[in-house]
Amino acid sequence: MFYRENGQFKTSYAADLQIFPILQDRIGIALLLAMAVVGVPLLADEYLLRAIFIPFLILSLAALGLNILVGYCGQISLGAGASMAVGAYAAYNLMIRVDGMPMIVAILLGGLFATAVGVLFGIPSLRIKGLYLAVATLAAQFFWDWAFLRIGWFTNYSPSGSVGIRELFAFGLRVDTPVERYWLCLGFLLVFALMAKNLVRSHIGREWMAIRDMDVAAAVIGIRPVYAKLTAFAVSSFIIGVAGALWGFVHLGSWEPAAFSIDRSFQLLFMIIIGGLGSIMGSFFGAAFIVVTPIVLNQALPALGALVGLTISTAAVSHTEFMLFGALIVYFLIVEPHGLARLWSIGKEKLRLWPFAH
Amino acid sequence: MGFFLETVIGGLMSGMLYSLVALGFVLIFKASGVFNFAQGAMVLFAALAMARFAEWVPLWTGLQGKLAANLVAFVLAMALMVVVAWLVERLVLGKLVNQEGVTLLMATLGIAYFLDGFGQTLFGSDIYRIDVGLPKEPMFLLESVFEGGVLVGKEDLYAAGIAAALVAALSAFFQFTATGRALRAVADDHQAAQSIGIPLNRIWVVVWSVAGFAALVAGIIWGSKLGVQFSLSLVALKALPVVILGGLTSVPGAIIGGLIIGVGEKLSEVFIGPLLGGGIEIWFGYVLVLFVLLIRPQGLFGERHIDRV
Repeated sequence: MFYRENGQFKTSYAADLQIFPILQDRIGIALLLAMAVVGVPLLADEYLLRAIFIPFLILSLAALGLNILVGYCGQISLGAGASMAVGAYAAYNLMIRVDGMPMIVAILLGGLFATAVGVLFGIPSLRIKGLYLAVATLAAQFFWDWAFLRIGWFTNYSPSGSVGIRELFAFGLRVDTPVERYWLCLGFLLVFALMAKNLVRSHIGREWMAIRDMDVAAAVIGIRPVYAKLTAFAVSSFIIGVAGALWGFVHLGSWEPAAFSIDRSFQLLFMIIIGGLGSIMGSFFGAAFIVVTPIVLNQALPALGALVGLTISTAAVSHTEFMLFGALIVYFLIVEPHGLARLWSIGKEKLRLWPFAH
Repeated sequence: MGFFLETVIGGLMSGMLYSLVALGFVLIFKASGVFNFAQGAMVLFAALAMARFAEWVPLWTGLQGKLAANLVAFVLAMALMVVVAWLVERLVLGKLVNQEGVTLLMATLGIAYFLDGFGQTLFGSDIYRIDVGLPKEPMFLLESVFEGGVLVGKEDLYAAGIAAALVAALSAFFQFTATGRALRAVADDHQAAQSIGIPLNRIWVVVWSVAGFAALVAGIIWGSKLGVQFSLSLVALKALPVVILGGLTSVPGAIIGGLIIGVGEKLSEVFIGPLLGGGIEIWFGYVLVLFVLLIRPQGLFGERHIDRV
């Protein structure tokens, strides 16, 4: 009844090309943005910001980047954690080795280093496809895990590769409280989400999708696979690299290579599969699901146990968490193999017709 | 020269063990097109079951003697793996027929998480020992040829022998039994196999059970070497490059791939490792595979994939 585009005529090309062509969507997004920028910092306490919102923003950014590669270009990658690590350690090295390096610039340059590495490890994708490629990308993951642990120069010769950034500055201002950190991450996320959305709507995004749907056919109609695949690797690694730098600088503060291990790669892949492959919106849904679920399980299980008079040990909690998490993933895949984004669009379709049947 | 041979033999032994895990991957991929990331979790689960049952069986039944306890434990653990296979088919794969490869891959990752948690809830999460009587003491070969001879772990030798026997048995099973033929038919073409009356669901249960068997054997051997603990499930990550190197669809490929990676890893660790700071066996297999795949994208023995528009 309320969600209908009747009577919204597009009278210019600009109107036809806008990201949210329906007025109600624009209002919704504006409200959501207002909520994110002003509402959340006002309402959420420090713990919520630190434990949920900041990780959610950063991992959304990383999932967004991975979704470009896996969801839009169809190149399965299990090396996202490595891209994050390269971004984080490159930014760290720029901060400590270059005098007066502004943090924002260091983070973006970290992303550029991740791009270079991503393209390098993306080269095999020109010959290798599908699951073979997925395993091949693990080479990047294990190589960089090793490199940051063993090659002292990268970590300024700190033992066990643990490094940290003490103070954060953005545009000359100190970023210290959780709210300020939250805003910093939100800023990055908004800029990159807008960029990604526009990229996938442009000619290059259509090239990626053509390659994803059938690479041979795409090549036949004149899309260069080399260019399309490598740009997807480049854009994706850049975004993931920036997310990695943010994860290290803003969320963790000090970190070691284990923060970007293969588990991180799997986690990101889960996010985009549960959220929805080939959907910008889906990256956010997936990230929210993966960030929130373990925390909820962690809080709820001992409480539930207490209800029935059981004290559940921490080990049992963590095992049950594993089990439930695995079961939930399988359940989601069975119920909606196309992810939460598909549920969202089905919901929107229903809303359009409501209250009529069809 | 003696040292070189020793490294090579050590590599061959650990390569054989990698192939054992890799075999599980290949079997399932061949028959259902699922890249089973849960294989590592299955190894851990099977090993945990084996270790704990061997402990519990004498308590429950008052059975005397290690051999009897181990045998009963083996049977029980195998039965458990069959149940797991049946449940996986029933609850997960049967509902995900015709989904894309990456969705199935993620589903098996979900299974892996579940099995990791479930196994440790059921059997505990300490380090357990499996003692099936594999001899531990090393022995020396070729002492007349080289000074000092070549040091070989007897345990490794037995393990390699068991792995080889298992591979031979599985090959025979695939080649000569009716079920084996049905498995190969399903691997070839799901729809054609179904249309001539091969029950897909049952075949999948069989394949997952066989993969469970391979996992159990791998779990016992690895477990008696390293102890049964959570890190056992990471063995799967070692076996991944083996599978890819040999080709996802080839049983002999898994064996030869395992041997190549086992030897390559040990040699590189010993001869190149010190130059780079050590520990390079973590990624050596993967990087090796990367280069091989650049030349042969389908792995050494995989079926050549022809794209059509």
